[in-house]
Amino acid sequence: MMAVPRYWREIPARYNLIGKRCKICGNIYFPPRSICPVCRRKSVGQMEDYKLKGTGVVESYTVIHVPPPHFEGEEPYIMALIKLDEGTYVTGQIVECDEKEVHIGMRVRATFRKIMEDGEKGAIYYGYKFVKEE
Amino acid sequence: MREVAVIGIGMTKFGELWDKSFRDLVAEAGIKAIMDAGIEGKDIDAMYIGGMSSGGFVEQEHVAPLAIEVAGLEDFHIPATRVEGACASGGIAMRQGYMAIASGIHDIVLVGGAEKMTDVVGTEATNVLASAADREWEAFFGMTFPGLYALMARYHMHKYGTTQEQLASVAVKNHYNGSMNPNAQFNRKISIEDVLSSPMVADPLHLLDCSPITDGAAAAILAPLDIAKKYTDKIVKVLASTQASDTISLHNRKRFDALPAAIHAARQAYKMAGVEPKDIDVAEVHDCFTIAEIMAIEDLGFFEKGEGGKATEDGLTAIDGELPVNTSGGLKAKGHPVGATGVAQVNEIVMQLRGEAGKRQVKDAEIGLTHNVGGSGGTAVVHILGVI
Repeated sequence: MMAVPRYWREIPARYNLIGKRCKICGNIYFPPRSICPVCRRKSVGQMEDYKLKGTGVVESYTVIHVPPPHFEGEEPYIMALIKLDEGTYVTGQIVECDEKEVHIGMRVRATFRKIMEDGEKGAIYYGYKFVKEE
Repeated sequence: MREVAVIGIGMTKFGELWDKSFRDLVAEAGIKAIMDAGIEGKDIDAMYIGGMSSGGFVEQEHVAPLAIEVAGLEDFHIPATRVEGACASGGIAMRQGYMAIASGIHDIVLVGGAEKMTDVVGTEATNVLASAADREWEAFFGMTFPGLYALMARYHMHKYGTTQEQLASVAVKNHYNGSMNPNAQFNRKISIEDVLSSPMVADPLHLLDCSPITDGAAAAILAPLDIAKKYTDKIVKVLASTQASDTISLHNRKRFDALPAAIHAARQAYKMAGVEPKDIDVAEVHDCFTIAEIMAIEDLGFFEKGEGGKATEDGLTAIDGELPVNTSGGLKAKGHPVGATGVAQVNEIVMQLRGEAGKRQVKDAEIGLTHNVGGSGGTAVVHILGVI
C-alpha cells in the first residue's frame, strides 16, 4: 500500500488530462514533462499547463490475459498505445469495446473511470480510460 | 585506453532452483569464474554486480559487499558495487568492469549478475518486473511487461506483415538451441503449433513467446590484455563496450518498431570495434519476448528493418545458418534471471570463441556480439568480443 499523496499529486493529469505546453516551441506533452526535450534549458520555467482534448487514434493495442496484482479479475482487457490529436502518445485501457472490434486506426476519446483499489483498506484511484469515439 | 580481455567465465545452471538461495548462486558463479581464469581471490581489484531488484525478489539490498562476503574475500576489502539497469544490469556490470580496466584504475575485475526470482509467490514477480516500465504512466493503468512488447509486436506485424508463425519461429529455434545447453532452464524442443496453442499472455504474445521466471547467476573475470597471458591461454578480447539510453515509457519513444537505444549502442559498438554487422559470426541478443529478437536482429543491422521475422523463419539465424543467434537458447530457453542475463550472454560468446560450446558450437567463430536490453528499451548495452 502506498501513501495517498503519491496518487493525489497526479490528479490534475489523471482526472483532467492536464499536460504541458512548451512556450518556446509550442510542443505539447502528456504525460506532463517539466523540461522540453527540444528546447531543454530554454524551457525551464516556460512549461505551462495545457488541457488536452482527450481524443486520438489507436496506434497499437494488446489484450492483457495475465494482469498485474491490482487488476486481477478484470482480465481480459484491452490496453492501447494512443496518439492523441495534439501529437503526443499515451498508454491507456480501452473499455466498452469488444476485443474483436478494436483495431489500429480506431478513433477513441478519454473518459473518467476507476483505475484500481489499493487493497481492501487502501484508497480507490481514478483516472482516464478510453472508449470508442462515436 | 588499455585493451581489455575476458580471462575467465562461470555461471550456475539456470532454472527454478528451489534449493539454492541468492547467496548460493552468487558464490557459485563467482568461484567458477575465478577458477576458470586461474586467478586467486586476492588478485581481484574490484567487483561489479548487476541485479535488477534483489530488494523486490529476496528483500535484500546492499548485495555487492554480500557477494564478496559469500566468496570469503572480505579481508581484502575489495571495492564492490552493485549496478542496476533493469534487465540490462548484467551488461552494465560488464561495461563498468571494462571501463575500470581500460581507464587504468584497476587490473583484475570480477563482473557478475544475479537474480533469485522464485522466492516470491503469485503475481509478485510480474509486479517487480513491471517496475522496469513507467510505474506512473504505464503500469498504474494496468499495463504489463509482456503487454508493452505485445504493443510493439502488433505494430511490427501491422507495418511489415510480420506473422505469428514468424514470432513463434524464434521460440522454436531458441528451444532447439537450449536443448543442447546443459545450463539452460528448458531442454525440450517445441513446435510452432506448441507456441500458437499455448495460453495467451498479452495478445499477440502467447506464453511460449515469453521468457520465463528464472533463478541464476553468471560471472566473468576481466584483465588488461597485456597481462592476461600471465594467468591463462584462453583469452578473448573485448573489441567494443557501449551503452545507450532512451525513455523508459514506450509511449514517449520516437518509434515503436525498433529500440532506438539498441540502434545507437550498436552503431557505436561497430565503430569502436572497427567491424561491420556482416563481420559478426555469432550473437546473443535480448529475446525477452520473441518480437524482441526480431527487432534486435534488425536494430543490430543483421537484417533490414521489417525482415527479421522472415529471416528467422527461413533459418538464417539457426546454428547452421548465415548468422547464428542465441546459440545458448537465449532468454527464452536458457532462462532470464534478469540481472544475470547480460553476463550470461558474455559467457556464451566466450565459450563460442574458445570453441568450447560443444554440440551448439558455431564453426570458426571469431567475432561475437552481445545485445542486452533493460525494460522495454530504456537501456541497451552492446559488447563485441573477438579471438586474439
